[in-house]
Amino acid sequence: MKCLSGSIKNAVQLFKQKQISPLEVCEAALRRQETISRLNAYIPNAVVETTKSEALLSSQRYEKGTPLSPLDGIPIALKDNFCTAGIRTTCGSNMLKNYVPIFSATVAERLQKAGTILMGKTNLDEFAMGSGTVDSIFGPVKNIHRSGLCYKFIDTSGEAIHTSAMKPTGGLEKDDFYITGGSSGGSAVAVAAASAFLATGSDTGGSVRNPASFCGVVGLKPSYGVVPRHGLISLVNSMDVPGLFARTVDDVAAMLAVISGLDPKDSTSVPSNMKTFELPESPSIEGLVVGIPKEYHRPGMSSEIIDVWTMIADLLENKGAKVREVSLPHTKYSIVCYSILNPCEVASNFTRYTGVEYGQRMNSSQSMEAMYALTRSQGLNNVVRSRILAGNYFLLEENKEKYFKQALKVRRLICQDFNKVWSEKVNLLLTPVTLSASLRYSEFIKYDNRSQTATQDICTQSANMAGLPAVSIPISLNDEGLPLALQLMAPMGKDVEMLSAAKWIEQQVGYPKLRVIDT
Amino acid sequence: MRIVHRKLFTVKTSKFYSTVNIKPALYRNVWRPVIGLEVHAQILSASKLFSRVCAKYGAPPNTQVGIFEAAHPGTLPVLNKRCVEAAINTALALQAQVNKVSRFDRKHYFYPDLPAGYQITQKDCPIASNGRINFIVSNPASNPKIYHHSVRLVQLQLEEDSGKSIHDAEFNRVLVDLNRAGLPLMELVFAPELHDGEEAAALVKELSLILSKLGTCSCKMEEGALRVDANISVHKESEPLGERTEVKNLNSIRSLVRAINYEIERQVDILEGSGMVVNETRRFDNVSGKTIKMRDKDTIHDYRFMPEPNLPPLWLYDSSEPNYIPSGSLDINVVRKDMKELPEETRQRLMKEYGISLENAMILVNDNSLTKYFTAVMAQNQRQARLVCNLLLNNLLGIINSLDISIENCPMAASSFGEVVDLLQNGLILHAIALKIIHAVCVDGDSRTPTEIVLANNWSKFSDELIDGIIEQVIKNNFAVVEKYRRGKKKVFKTLMGKAVAATESRADMQKVNDILKNKLDEE
Repeated sequence: MKCLSGSIKNAVQLFKQKQISPLEVCEAALRRQETISRLNAYIPNAVVETTKSEALLSSQRYEKGTPLSPLDGIPIALKDNFCTAGIRTTCGSNMLKNYVPIFSATVAERLQKAGTILMGKTNLDEFAMGSGTVDSIFGPVKNIHRSGLCYKFIDTSGEAIHTSAMKPTGGLEKDDFYITGGSSGGSAVAVAAASAFLATGSDTGGSVRNPASFCGVVGLKPSYGVVPRHGLISLVNSMDVPGLFARTVDDVAAMLAVISGLDPKDSTSVPSNMKTFELPESPSIEGLVVGIPKEYHRPGMSSEIIDVWTMIADLLENKGAKVREVSLPHTKYSIVCYSILNPCEVASNFTRYTGVEYGQRMNSSQSMEAMYALTRSQGLNNVVRSRILAGNYFLLEENKEKYFKQALKVRRLICQDFNKVWSEKVNLLLTPVTLSASLRYSEFIKYDNRSQTATQDICTQSANMAGLPAVSIPISLNDEGLPLALQLMAPMGKDVEMLSAAKWIEQQVGYPKLRVIDT
Repeated sequence: MRIVHRKLFTVKTSKFYSTVNIKPALYRNVWRPVIGLEVHAQILSASKLFSRVCAKYGAPPNTQVGIFEAAHPGTLPVLNKRCVEAAINTALALQAQVNKVSRFDRKHYFYPDLPAGYQITQKDCPIASNGRINFIVSNPASNPKIYHHSVRLVQLQLEEDSGKSIHDAEFNRVLVDLNRAGLPLMELVFAPELHDGEEAAALVKELSLILSKLGTCSCKMEEGALRVDANISVHKESEPLGERTEVKNLNSIRSLVRAINYEIERQVDILEGSGMVVNETRRFDNVSGKTIKMRDKDTIHDYRFMPEPNLPPLWLYDSSEPNYIPSGSLDINVVRKDMKELPEETRQRLMKEYGISLENAMILVNDNSLTKYFTAVMAQNQRQARLVCNLLLNNLLGIINSLDISIENCPMAASSFGEVVDLLQNGLILHAIALKIIHAVCVDGDSRTPTEIVLANNWSKFSDELIDGIIEQVIKNNFAVVEKYRRGKKKVFKTLMGKAVAATESRADMQKVNDILKNKLDEE
């Protein structure tokens, strides 16, 4: 079904014209989920029972001409760290393998009220700790690119790009595959493969933008507080934001309008001016000042990434933007700072996983402490446990000043770098998202989770430190047929302005659509 | 050692607290105990500190628990406005500085009654700091003098309560009740400026009165609504402070006094035996009356404090300040304007308005209902305060206490009691009759008005003429004795007086009977 991989606007128009019903689209999306099942994007058996009946209700609303919102009937997916009442929410962990929340995340609730159809919960690194989506109890998620699944690229005019002449789409040898990036890899694939129009992710250090870039979709990390966190299972509270995946910038904007806004259940949420907005049909970049932070030119950055970065910078300049080099001198400390702050909050947040109130509980007849120890060693993987250990170490009375408090100071310096740049009238920053295109799984797992995160989050992390909005935009395909992407960052609260510029870039680059051929 | 005696009832309001701190005598003439209190007061609130879950006391186990209290993943704290107001109110009453910015911290420890693994509290930036509590120390049993004392309030912080866990040794299991988890607490940290158990008790009593009056805490210690930790050390006056111990969770005034006094004695014994006091946490055992060391496991903690990331700083503003900017969650001045009369102010007012003694004022103010009862009686007919106090505090309270009835539920309404006062004050009845009326109403349930009771029982006081006639009769009937008297045997006056009293049926003023009899005897 062609509609499935099109835009939301197109789908809703078809719903309204009664050319196609939400139920039909839902069924097509379920078939697509089946087609891509070996990519492991969805949590097993996570197809929501009520999916079809919800789609039917949506169909009836269109029959009556009373859709709930501009997203009514649109298939969506939620990363499996968003609580969903009555639906298992696992975080990809043994600890919550059978955890069924009695409440829904605000984001989930808002999407449901808007009439969207929940297709399932998506796979992730355990508790969203990772940058590859390879550390889940349900196994790694595979990138659809070069996965061996049948797909083709369509250009903006709707013509199929002749793959033999252009980009390879064939699978890799010996069961190897390209990683999706992470930790929201399941959501990125779900959207890239058009088993859903939209998906949520969570972005603490780049967990939305990183997989968006590897999977060729748009990934938005909104300003901190714009999208409420209630019901998003905490990783690092002061940096976590619910993120958004879609195939186009317009679709991301439509979703942002629905899920943003003050939530009385989240004291860190802020009122939003994004409830009703539409990006301009033809955005302009005239007079926009775009900064190119020199520190993002990292050793080990692939030449193809540098090429697209240069290309878009040139394009912006040629079309009327002012492009200038800027400096964010403390960015280089972002990762080391993160590697302290993240474990500290993790150590604190994860004390609750004891198996007493909910979740997996291992029984030990010896003592309460023995029960805790057994539960936590079996319920949480090595990555999680090592961060807990490190965090508790950093927070000890004798270490706190040296590590935790020092890291907080560095975090402030990182924020101040950005503020200085914004005060120099810079509107946006243009940077890479990752050092390279996606990596082969066999390559990726040569390094442990910690070193991978430290490498992969380099360009994305500081936006979380400062709470800034950032978006990953697919630019082109490399010679391997893998997506290359760039990132825009903007001052706090300037999400809409940033998305406008992202849409302009999207229109300029004409990134090809990936169309899965259902078997 | 300087002991300052002072007649406090004559002290004027403005100078009331100019008293020098009086320290009780040194222990065994050498040792100076130093005590500091930390008080946990549960805030009276319909819901919990960070959620909308009901905060009712005494509900069946685990029925007052929401997703936040059970620390479900993804749940976030939302600060209860009522609790912030209560904290501001309390802080203002204790003359503390309400901080314009305060912050919340996480205090970590693993325990099943703390499901999140941390308590949200305020460590470095509490909602209020630097206050003071003034109170009167009065304990006739151990110390004849009444004196004022004043202790600095170091800080007042908002924090959540934990649940309760019960260790079932028989079945080797731990049972958890989370009803209390997340209940709002004010922790009040007082400076170590107390010197014995009585002073500590006086502080806690005054604090209870203040909080009850404000309505910020029920102060029911038996329900755990007010819990006290005491830090105790002893030292020689010329030497630096001694090593302290902490006695936790004292849940009655009595155990507070006993625990402190026991601990002072224990420490002095150790020091006099050349031992060392160890800095440790102890608990008080009510049965043995001793403090007992808690297991190290329960006491040695690195709480790994960190800022609570899910709560932004709490901003307050004060519209009474010039050039204030109304940015923040609450206006301190709104709370200030709503401030109730504090117990000490009430005492001062009663003393000033009615000229009653400090002792009486203290008794009246110790019970809000009693204050109300007293002022209701005093509101009419220009009743004499001394008379009212005497009849109310010595007689009425005595009777209803023996019946185990509180003044709130007193069978005798204030208006009725006032009528008794009027009868007495106007010389229509005698004091003994007043007692009989109170007894009739409170004990026998007589529903008539005091006047009706007096009339029905023929209890009214004899007039002077009546007394005159009765005495005439007594003289006539006892002529022989009268003769003896008149011959100079003055001793027999007593006999005649006895006859006269018997004849007046206790309804005449004895002084009057005495005077008239004497006059008549001496006349001729």
